[in-house]
Amino acid sequence: MKFSLKTAFRFLMSNKAQTFLIVLGIAVGISVQLFISVLIDSLQKNLIEKTIGNSPHITVTEMSGGSVENYNEIIDYTKKEADVSAYDIVTEGPFFVLSGSENISVLLRGISMKDSIYNIKEKIISGNIPENINEVIIGKDFSEKYNINTGDKINFLGFKGGLLRKSATVTGIFDFKVSNLNSTWILTNNITAYDFFGVSNPNKIEFQIKDIFNSDIYSENIKSNFSNTGIKVSEWKEQNSDLLSGLNGQSISSIMIQIFVIVAVALGIASVLIITVLQKSKQIGILKAMGLKNRQTSTIFIFEGLLLGFFGAVIGIAIGMFLLWGFSTFAVNPDKTPIVKLYFGYRYIIISSLVGILSSVISAIIPAGKSAKLDPVEVIRNG
Amino acid sequence: MDKIISLKNINKIYGTYIKTQVLFDINLDIEKSSFSSIIGQSGSGKSTLLNITGTLDKPTSGDIIIDEINTKNMNKNQLSELRNQKLGFIFQFHYLLPEFTAYENVLMPYLIKNKPLTDKQKERAYYLLDMVGLSKVKNNPASRMSGGQQQRTAIARALFNNPPIILADEPTGNLDSDSSKTVFDMMRDINKEYGTTFLVITHDRRIADKTDRIIEIKDGKINLDLKNGGAE
Ligand SMILES: Nc1ncnc2c1ncn2[C@@H]1O[C@H](COP(=O)(O)OP(=O)(O)OP(=O)(O)O)[C@@H](O)[C@H]1O
Ligand SMILES: [Mg+2]
Repeated sequence: MKFSLKTAFRFLMSNKAQTFLIVLGIAVGISVQLFISVLIDSLQKNLIEKTIGNSPHITVTEMSGGSVENYNEIIDYTKKEADVSAYDIVTEGPFFVLSGSENISVLLRGISMKDSIYNIKEKIISGNIPENINEVIIGKDFSEKYNINTGDKINFLGFKGGLLRKSATVTGIFDFKVSNLNSTWILTNNITAYDFFGVSNPNKIEFQIKDIFNSDIYSENIKSNFSNTGIKVSEWKEQNSDLLSGLNGQSISSIMIQIFVIVAVALGIASVLIITVLQKSKQIGILKAMGLKNRQTSTIFIFEGLLLGFFGAVIGIAIGMFLLWGFSTFAVNPDKTPIVKLYFGYRYIIISSLVGILSSVISAIIPAGKSAKLDPVEVIRNG
Repeated sequence: MDKIISLKNINKIYGTYIKTQVLFDINLDIEKSSFSSIIGQSGSGKSTLLNITGTLDKPTSGDIIIDEINTKNMNKNQLSELRNQKLGFIFQFHYLLPEFTAYENVLMPYLIKNKPLTDKQKERAYYLLDMVGLSKVKNNPASRMSGGQQQRTAIARALFNNPPIILADEPTGNLDSDSSKTVFDMMRDINKEYGTTFLVITHDRRIADKTDRIIEIKDGKINLDLKNGGAE
């Protein structure tokens, strides 16, 4: 082993230009592989974050739209089952807001104001969270369109059995960056919502979970565990199947590109090593005459592959990280935020190193076999 | 006297479709600690015979017995082991490894065994380099030495594992007459001092005359086998 490693190193150093070029080739391949895998993964995470970052992953309602009375049990169960990162107890329904002579149709939603999945604190652009009864916040677009501001009182009109007349004070304005929500949602706390709708339980529970791609499993579990209580469970994946199949296609093409790049690199390594075996056939012949075993001979070239792969991977990862840094620094929006927020982890470095080293070692197998077969007599005879 | 090499009924036929027989039923015994030369015309089969003796090539039929071990049924690994322990090779083209220094080349038969390098081995390498008069250039890469220096390094290398037999195929074929004499005298001294058996192919009649025994090969057969009393 030691002898083979040393000889491999000497052989590589004896033709520095050739070694440098192939290491560079491996490095370029690895850097592309690293760059593409991080970029595509980040693009997908960004897209998912944009799509479901501020919306529930699992939603529990009552079959016919009534109250979910056992909501505490459902929350406890789900917390035990899944890694719940946030949840909301929601009481929602349609209402009209009376503005001058207009009746504006809105969705009144009572939610857990403090630690809601909607991150209300960050979404409020003026005013405060509605903490007391008969306090609400309205969306930016709604406020602008009807000229309603913080401190104003608004009148609501609802129908439940008969006409319901309610009123509340606007304590703040939110911006969800989605125009539909900004113009139709009116948010409040659950006490106000209970009072408005004349109920004593919420009608919806919304969960955000950590491992979002298992939402269907958790959803099924909740469904079967509470099957006799008439609840309905939905999850984000079934509602976003188009997005998911798009992402899946993207993942496959990303992996295809990575595989082709690595195959090209591997072929490069293999051909260089085959040439090296020819270049070093004299040395191999004389070593075999001295008693070097065929297995040891192959190890020399496997080590050459390993060394090339190792240095190629190290340099390639450095180049790849430089590319990623360049991308996140120079590919920015006018407000200097990166176009694609990159998610980088050691995982990528480990994968790229393994890919580089493994592909090099595998590429070395054919040259190594060739070197083992080399007949010393041929070499000695032909000078 | 003890036989250290014994060739029995060696035939060698090259080619699968067009067969050419190169060696015909060769029987040859080489005595321990002797210095023999093989001569003969170009193409007569000298190198073939030497390579078969050194287990680098396989005979079509016949037995090769080296230091009382019949090599017939040995596998490749066992043959490698045998060569490493029992045989040293010196070739016309010096075949040092240019990626290593003279000193490392001398150590090579030991290094390929993957055993830890101790002071004992280092000292032996220095001792052998000193013996062949190369102390000054021991750290030169093999590629930066003269032909004679390279051949002397190859001799030191062949000696490193202290093999009982050294096989040499025209070791002075590529050297000028001064270097030839130095290299030959060196082999002769080693033979006398350590009792190492030498079997040397040469074209140089004057060199052959200085050996204990002259074996002439002609058309793949032993044509002449002379004990050379005058050399002693
Ligand atoms: N691999 C081979 N295939 C076919 N014929 C071969 C092969 N190797 C050698 N020969 C033939 O065997 C014969 C003997 O060759 P060998 O090299 O043993 O001769 P030699 O006596 O060493 O000659 P020289 O003095 O020129 O080195 C030659 O006729 C040669 O052409
Ligand atoms: Mg010859």
